[in-house]
Amino acid sequence: MRLSGKAWALIALAVIIALAPLAFPSSFYYRVGALILINGLAVTGLVILFGYAGQISLGHAGFAGIGGYAAALIPIHLGVHPVFGLIAGAILSAGLAFLIGRPVLRLKGYYLAVATLGFGILVYLVLNNEAQLTGGPDGMSVERLGLRALSDALGLGLNTSQVWYWFMGVVLLIGAYLALNLFTSPTGRALRSLHDSEVAAGTLGVDVARYKLTAFVISAVYASLAGSLQALLNGFVTPDVAGFLHSIQWVTMTVLGGAGTVLGAIFGAAVLTALPQALTVFKEYEHMMLGLIMMVVMVFMPAGLFPSLAKLFRRVR
Amino acid sequence: MSEFLQYVLSGTTVGAVYALIALGFTLIYNASTVVNFAQGEFVMIGGMVTAFLFAAGTPLWLAAPTAIVVAAIVGILLNKLAIEPARGASVISLIVITIGASIFLRGLAGIVFDKQIHRFPAFTGEDPIAVFGATILPQGLWVLGGGAAVLVGLYLFLTRSIVGKAVMATANNRLAAKLVGINTNSMMTLSFGLSAAIGALAGVLATPITLVAYDVGVGMALKGFAAAMLGGMGSPVGAIVGGLLLGLIEAMTAGYLSSEYKDAVAFIVILIVLFVMPSGLFGPRSVERV
Amino acid sequence: MRLFSKTVVAGGLLLLAADPALAEIRIGSVLSVTGPASFLGDPELKTLEMLVEEVNAAGGINGEEIALIHYDDGGDANQARTLATRLVEDDEVIAVIGGSTTGVTLAVAPVFEEAGIPFISLAGAVSIINPVNPWVFKTPHTDRMACEKIFTDLNARGLSQIGLISGQGGFGSSMREQCLDVAGDFGIEVLADETYAPRDSDMTPQLTSIAATDGIEAVVNPGFGQGPAIVTRNFAQLGIELPLYQSHGVASDAFIELAGESANGVRLPGSATLIVDLLAEDDPQHDVVTAYRDAFEGHFDEPVSTFGGYAHDAFWIMVSAIETAGSTDGEAIRQAIEATTGWVGVTGEFNMSPEDHMGLDLSAFRMLEIVDGDWTLVE
Repeated sequence: MRLSGKAWALIALAVIIALAPLAFPSSFYYRVGALILINGLAVTGLVILFGYAGQISLGHAGFAGIGGYAAALIPIHLGVHPVFGLIAGAILSAGLAFLIGRPVLRLKGYYLAVATLGFGILVYLVLNNEAQLTGGPDGMSVERLGLRALSDALGLGLNTSQVWYWFMGVVLLIGAYLALNLFTSPTGRALRSLHDSEVAAGTLGVDVARYKLTAFVISAVYASLAGSLQALLNGFVTPDVAGFLHSIQWVTMTVLGGAGTVLGAIFGAAVLTALPQALTVFKEYEHMMLGLIMMVVMVFMPAGLFPSLAKLFRRVR
Repeated sequence: MSEFLQYVLSGTTVGAVYALIALGFTLIYNASTVVNFAQGEFVMIGGMVTAFLFAAGTPLWLAAPTAIVVAAIVGILLNKLAIEPARGASVISLIVITIGASIFLRGLAGIVFDKQIHRFPAFTGEDPIAVFGATILPQGLWVLGGGAAVLVGLYLFLTRSIVGKAVMATANNRLAAKLVGINTNSMMTLSFGLSAAIGALAGVLATPITLVAYDVGVGMALKGFAAAMLGGMGSPVGAIVGGLLLGLIEAMTAGYLSSEYKDAVAFIVILIVLFVMPSGLFGPRSVERV
Repeated sequence: MRLFSKTVVAGGLLLLAADPALAEIRIGSVLSVTGPASFLGDPELKTLEMLVEEVNAAGGINGEEIALIHYDDGGDANQARTLATRLVEDDEVIAVIGGSTTGVTLAVAPVFEEAGIPFISLAGAVSIINPVNPWVFKTPHTDRMACEKIFTDLNARGLSQIGLISGQGGFGSSMREQCLDVAGDFGIEVLADETYAPRDSDMTPQLTSIAATDGIEAVVNPGFGQGPAIVTRNFAQLGIELPLYQSHGVASDAFIELAGESANGVRLPGSATLIVDLLAEDDPQHDVVTAYRDAFEGHFDEPVSTFGGYAHDAFWIMVSAIETAGSTDGEAIRQAIEATTGWVGVTGEFNMSPEDHMGLDLSAFRMLEIVDGDWTLVE
């Protein structure tokens, strides 16, 4: 039986997630692993927007903010299980993305960048200023999802970070599966035609505005879920989750890894989430190193780490 | 009434700083279609180098130009080492490169200098000048005057000098400029140096009012970028108008509406303007090249 | 992904290589040495490093050397949480000092609670110790106390109608809330309530609007960083002739330097660290404060600040608790910290108890006024 590229990608991802813990020197690395997988989910969404549809966003952390605070606030105010907060956040984000998507996506290039940036900052300001509701800049605590309790009840003997690592592994695989499916679907083909040339796609009868909006809404849902999951993992959320720097982090992960493919972006998420941990040995030189690495990678591997390394690997073979 | 005037004076002073940063964005964009997110770091370098030289005993008249030269050199190095080698990269890759540069420069400044907040004295005294019941600091006049001088100087340079015309030609059509024998790479280097110098000048002029620390660059870049987009990326007049407008909106909102949401109002105005005029107030009304 | 595991493994190996001795007391710290709260984290880390050196040179705790394992969270709560997990699960520290800001402290506290590791925070907000978390302590005064101290002084001057101008960062907005909350107890009326963003460079619009409000008798500015210096300058620029109060968030010589002549007349609740030379010889804090200042200023080429003092007190409370406990058992250390009474630090006299995990009272604050560019005591 011949497997499609899509299936290979998923199998590779599953194997890596399953085997990576063998290299973890201590259980702390499960937490880094869980964060990588959460960021991986967000950047999978961004691949749909950047890589498939060719649009930019510097404000997707805004949706993470909505997801994060929905997971925090809805259980408190409605007395429901946090999982409903996560779902409500995703619906809210989708709705908001739908509303602002149409006018925003008419803009191009840097104008699109500044408009999405503005959106992210608006969300951040609301979360930061409405202290009565959100706890202000110091943030608020979030009810537990109950994964640890579930694992204990099943007698798995895992600590919080471990439980979350395996849970997020499954979530990311589902997210990647859906994204890869989308890529080969008619919608995906339409989206990719936008990436190559919007005008040409329009001439051929592709409803450009509608497909761009679709990609925007889907990526917003991914970002929102990532925001919710991070809040639930930490049991705590601050407005920084919606901050400009968080948006930039995600963009960097996506582009550094390779914005064109899901695996590439997840690879970027892994590198940039783990890097600061590895760079702590440089103490005060940490930030300089991070900036330097970003520049060097993008200058010498403009397509991103993953495609460039894959090419190198093939050549060596 | 005097309150309104105070808001206008405050907004204009802050806006002039934004305008200078936006002008830096525009210059580099015109020469290379790169939006340089490290632009704010030049402002930081201008302020920090001057503050440290001054603290070490260098007179201001020497410290300030030195800081501007240092920033210009950093700008040229940035172009030579990171932007030129990445020629042809996508918009988003360039964003990541310049953000990387910004993180790098900030980290470097935190080590070379320190992480404290700094200041040096105003050029011509600290006593506020009363204007019909409102006040402005002498240094505020320096900021406004500096902004005006840069604008006039830049206009004359771009329209009267051969080199300036070459810069404009490169901005309009890189290939055509190359064909008529313009060294477009030198034009880019020149633009980066000039843009960094303007950013540093903004830092030098504004620091006695706004103070400076190793990490002020991001905020400055964000405001400057927003101002440049509001005015229309690529238009020097747009950069100035966008900067002043942003400063005024912030001051008016803080004064009359809500200080908590003044940045929000500023971005809402930008969004509305872009919805109505997708390439900003003075941006080129070009169609997408296929 | 393979590269990632390699990087992580390499990082892990480097860390292992950096830890030579095993018989050592591993104390962790997570501080905001970079980012918007760097002016807190920077002197805090310097103080800790200086004191660790001092204790080790003197033979360590009960003969064992202290190893300080420090990470910088850049002021980001999510990052801080990861680093806290790392301290617990990877570095296996026995006690932690840190959390420069309230947001970071609240984010990391559950990690140490779950692991049973005593944690002394260096952040201000009252929410850190109220409700009491058995494993969490703090050494700075609370922002609520700062408001109370300011309002007491306002009462003494017969002023009751104020305008607030607060920073939008964690410190400013938390203190603003506390001030609004306790204002009624002191008969204080807040007539104007403005804010500014942490990176704003001009607050004249807000101050103009406050000055134009009828009946305002004084202005209070909760905030830290560059904001309060700019507020103070703008205040003078606009020629507002009202008493201006700053918070303990700007209690350092740098504030006077940045605000220049405009700083004269500003009052703020501060700690003894700022007025070492004004302290009476028989002041209980005289010796400890003088020693800390001389050591810090001898070690680093910068003036001592209130914030480094928080780390100073946290460090000594922790060290003497470990000494008393005689072991590295978390519960024993925790109880020893809780039993700290009558201990005089640079911030004040600490009297901890199971109900009070800070142990300071209002006497720890001194009302200071800046006169001719220097601190003076308001009696």
